[in-house]
Amino acid sequence: MLHWAYPFLDWYVIMTSPRLSQDEVQHIALIYRLGLSQEEIESLRHQLSDILENFQVLDQVDTSGVPPTGHSVALENVMREDVAAPPMSKEDTLANAPLREDNYFRVKAVLD
Amino acid sequence: MPSNLYDLTLHEAHELLAGRQVSSQELTQAILDRVEQVEPRIKAYVTVTEEIAMQQAREADEAIALGEKNPLAGVPMQLKDNMCTRGVHTTCSSRMLENFVPPYNATVVERLRAGLAVVVGKGNMDEFAMGSSTENSAFFPTHNPWDLERVPGGSSGGPAAAVAAGECIYAIGSDTGGSIRQPAALCGIVGMKPTYGLVSRYGLVAFASSLDQIGPLTKDVTDSALVLSAIAGHDPRDSTSIPQGAKDYTKALTGDIRGLKIGVPKEYYGEGIDPQVADTLRRALEKLEELGASVEETSLPHTRYALAVYYILAPSEASANLARYDGVRYGYSSQEDGSMWEAMERTKQHGFGPEVKRRIMLGTYALSAGYYDAYYLKAQKVRTLISREFQEAFQKYDVLITPTSPTVAFNLGAKVEDPVQMYLNDICTIPVNIAGIPAMSLPAGFVDGLPVGMQIMAKPLAEETMLRVAYAYEKATEWHKMRPEL
Repeated sequence: MLHWAYPFLDWYVIMTSPRLSQDEVQHIALIYRLGLSQEEIESLRHQLSDILENFQVLDQVDTSGVPPTGHSVALENVMREDVAAPPMSKEDTLANAPLREDNYFRVKAVLD
Repeated sequence: MPSNLYDLTLHEAHELLAGRQVSSQELTQAILDRVEQVEPRIKAYVTVTEEIAMQQAREADEAIALGEKNPLAGVPMQLKDNMCTRGVHTTCSSRMLENFVPPYNATVVERLRAGLAVVVGKGNMDEFAMGSSTENSAFFPTHNPWDLERVPGGSSGGPAAAVAAGECIYAIGSDTGGSIRQPAALCGIVGMKPTYGLVSRYGLVAFASSLDQIGPLTKDVTDSALVLSAIAGHDPRDSTSIPQGAKDYTKALTGDIRGLKIGVPKEYYGEGIDPQVADTLRRALEKLEELGASVEETSLPHTRYALAVYYILAPSEASANLARYDGVRYGYSSQEDGSMWEAMERTKQHGFGPEVKRRIMLGTYALSAGYYDAYYLKAQKVRTLISREFQEAFQKYDVLITPTSPTVAFNLGAKVEDPVQMYLNDICTIPVNIAGIPAMSLPAGFVDGLPVGMQIMAKPLAEETMLRVAYAYEKATEWHKMRPEL
């Protein structure tokens, strides 16, 4: 497989990344509440393992003492005057509701 | 002036409209006719808003008759389908939002409409802007106007193909890792990603919020400056919006680049880059030298880590942003029997396509307990190093010039099965988003009849420098006048 660093490296890194198991893939999907078929789990297992293997290139970078960047533009908290303004109308807010009852979004029971 | 109305640039169209040589209704009809003629082969639009466009054209004609001078007035354009349009479907080319009709307009849409732009419709894209070929659209792929067997690039493939094919005069796209510049390069047009925060993201459907930026796709550099002038500027509804007022970017189009310093980072010309693309860029650099700029090779060694950083950060942010699609308030919702949790799982399973699921899984993994430090935090730290490297380079150089894409347009289907290969398409564009700097792609030649893009990068808020270089090159070459035969 072509390593991601390949375009910019003249040598290959020996990679020893562990492959993801079916259980691990299922666990990640559960955290996100993402439904997946058996075939999807199996193909994601391989694809995600391949991609994660490419992330190992970052192990070569010394980041000791380097602060993380969350945003490229350093912004302080952005404040504004607390001025009342008309909110979005009820009709607009509910217009895309998959299920609606009066002025509420209707959902399935949260507690059994 | 070109013989067909649909081949006009924005500034040419404005001249004809202002001189009352053509009406907005005539121009809009010409574009709609062109859409009807070529759309079955190109597939650049998810939605064509014919009636709305003709109504807006009538209003523009009335305003122009009363002296309206806005350069956007009456000129038909396309919006990528991730910009919210009140009353008009905004699908993100996803089953999840197939029937979503936003109750409000994005700030960028408000600004365009305030200038009396005519919106012809919404452009096809990779689902939720995740992809480099527009093959991840849940509806259909878009075809490259230069070769219908090839991809237009992505994720703004619809907008880029529409501009190149004359299906609109210009378009607005979004760029998270190259999604404006790479399709612009592959379709032979001009695409700009402004500095992060210069254009409001309010109403842009979020993909990776620290990387997303809106920008223009146009037929030439003058149009790019005109559209940027209309959409840039502070917006209180986007807390990351840079507090800076509007500007006339066309003032930067002097054509004079004498004494300007150009850096050429060697990492973007070596392995992984098609040698013919690299050669095309070297010829473009010679031309810039002839025009009076100095050209010097330099090195950005951290470039090699940018792809890994991006594919940790962008999916992580995406997994958080896309958690809102739970089938409760809007979007697709599975209504089969079962518990709330089962309904939520089925909603995402059927609403999202394969690439979106892949990135959600990747991001959720990178953010999960035990892996956060190793992946997400590490990537954020390397992000700092990449940004610093650009800062240092811009102390020596006014702009950096690279290819936009490592290859010309590739065949439809060629990379769909291999996500790792597909991700390599963005190696030249991704570092720019990581650092938040501006960059633009413009036509710089052809390889085997397919367009090659030149990428110009500048330091934050130096759009004018970038435009000045682009305009000088464009004036000295004919590439931007080439149109595909359809």
